[in-house]
Amino acid sequence: MTDFPATGRQLPDRLDKPLKSAVLSWESLLVLVALAIFIANSFASPYFLNEWSLSDMTFNFTEKALIALAMALIIITGEIDLSVASIIALASTMMGLALQAGVDTPVLVMVGIGVGLLCGAFNGFLVTGLKLPSIVVTIGTMSLFRGIAYIVLGDQSFKGYPASFSWFGQGYVFWVISFELVLFVVAAVIFYVLLQHTNFGRRVYAIGNNATAARFSGVRVDRIKFVLFCLTGLMSGIAAVLLTARLGSTRPSIAEGFELEAVTMVVLGGVSILGGSGTIIGVVLAALIMGLVTFGLGLLNVPGIVMSIFIGSLLIVVIALPILFRMWRQRRA
Amino acid sequence: MNRLLKTRELWLALGILAVIVLVTLRFPRFSQPGNLLTIFNDTSILMMLALGQMAVILTRSIDLSMASNLALTGMIVAMINAAAPGVPIPLLIAGCVVVGAALGAFNGILVWKLDIPPIVVTLGTLTIFRGLVFVISGGAWVNAAQMSQEFIQLQRGSFLGLPILSWFAVVVAGLVYLLMTRTPQGRAFYAIGVNPTAAVYTGINVGRTKFLAFVLAGAISGLCGYLWISRYVIASVEVAGGYELTIVAACVIGGVSIAGGIGTVAGALLGALFLGVVNNALPVIGVSPFWQMAISGAAILIAVVLNGRSERTKGRIILKKAAAV
Repeated sequence: MTDFPATGRQLPDRLDKPLKSAVLSWESLLVLVALAIFIANSFASPYFLNEWSLSDMTFNFTEKALIALAMALIIITGEIDLSVASIIALASTMMGLALQAGVDTPVLVMVGIGVGLLCGAFNGFLVTGLKLPSIVVTIGTMSLFRGIAYIVLGDQSFKGYPASFSWFGQGYVFWVISFELVLFVVAAVIFYVLLQHTNFGRRVYAIGNNATAARFSGVRVDRIKFVLFCLTGLMSGIAAVLLTARLGSTRPSIAEGFELEAVTMVVLGGVSILGGSGTIIGVVLAALIMGLVTFGLGLLNVPGIVMSIFIGSLLIVVIALPILFRMWRQRRA
Repeated sequence: MNRLLKTRELWLALGILAVIVLVTLRFPRFSQPGNLLTIFNDTSILMMLALGQMAVILTRSIDLSMASNLALTGMIVAMINAAAPGVPIPLLIAGCVVVGAALGAFNGILVWKLDIPPIVVTLGTLTIFRGLVFVISGGAWVNAAQMSQEFIQLQRGSFLGLPILSWFAVVVAGLVYLLMTRTPQGRAFYAIGVNPTAAVYTGINVGRTKFLAFVLAGAISGLCGYLWISRYVIASVEVAGGYELTIVAACVIGGVSIAGGIGTVAGALLGALFLGVVNNALPVIGVSPFWQMAISGAAILIAVVLNGRSERTKGRIILKKAAAV
């Protein structure tokens, strides 16, 4: 992003980052924004700087951020998955059905993750097998998956999840460190290594920069895209387990709007929506920023709908500022 | 190519007919002219919105903020009406179109001048516009008792046997049809969708054309803001929540290609009508309305599979790749 902001289409052999570009990078801008919001929050509310408050804050973003990690990879390849929130709804509904059938916690978790994986594979098949545009496919499956949840549940809800299951969404591993947070950190590290330190990761970037060239270089473009859609489905399944466990119930409207927040995190994190560039660190920072903003505003009794104005403006401003800055510099030169 | 487009719309029209016939076989009253008119009237707003979205999609963009735009202009006009019932309705409608167009222009400026991808811009304004509904209304509703009678009744009147709301759809469809097929601006929407590079060489300003598409979509959203509020006689933050995707769905079902450059007024109208007919048929045949969402999802997928087939036969994919580099 920092080295080639204008086109995003070149792919250097290696990304060497001298100190200057590290300081001027998107990630350091995000760190500054996060710090500023953190400081503003601590001044704005006396309840903010407290280990339990900060722990509560993490629940604001962990589930969405888990999805955003996988979504980042999809967007880097130039595709998009808008069905993630509906996958959560369907996976959660299927867990509810499994619960009615009387299964225990381990099976419940497997059902949730399994349904997520299957949904992701379905998306992946439509996009890579039938060569359809992912934005339309996932708008379709977005209605389809949540629609199935509505068919099953109607205006009802599933309740009565066992306590051992609730632990996934409400439990703490150590002191104020929740299971969700630990899982997110582990997942972030895995995705970081996967994207930035493996051949697979380099291929993901290559596809996003030029899918045709990547194919000629022997990259199995379709297979990698298929795997990424499965991965996003898998992460959505995991998020479904966490969210269902945290809420303790399933309604068909569960996780509504998560897809847009996950995409916002990814784009805010510096991933180009056109594909080819972006880092996991940026996405993690963006998730943190969104958690801080919503939690800080929540402490100030700002309604959720007004928060969405901040999130939306943040998205546009953060994208627009570097562009305005570049235009201003070009005009002076 | 013309024949291909014609057959696609023909198939869609046949699909709609098939649904109507199937339902009529069991419930003869379904296809009475009165009921069909009701369906058309119920779908009018979606048809107009789909036409606005089509203009945007033709230029390889997407506008996810249309439903929020509708909710915001709707709330503004409802609050004006509640505060000053004396303001003539035609003036209010004109105001709606202007406000909607201004909101659309905001999207368009960001796409044109800053070159931010449309999906990012409208994802942002989707939440901003809806948040603003809450800010200006304080979360309160404007209900039927606060609206003036003329405000509510205007679209319920009828002219030549057709409700005024349907006339709005007919007039908008006519205007958009003329724009798309008879003016250089309309052809420019198609041109930059088919091949932006070639469009530049023919003297079309790509950014400005996209901007105008967003203004058109915004103006239609604004108009529909008034129509929606006066039809359902309630203005609240939740108005048309999630409707942005229904609008895109209508376009996709109608054969508008998300890759840009392909789509017709008739197609978009039929796509919207298809969703309208299905939604009206479900309660008649005793299927729970909770099936609606899954059915429209399945319809989108089937439509896009069929569209993908017919587009590929022309080798468009190769052409698109070459232009995109």
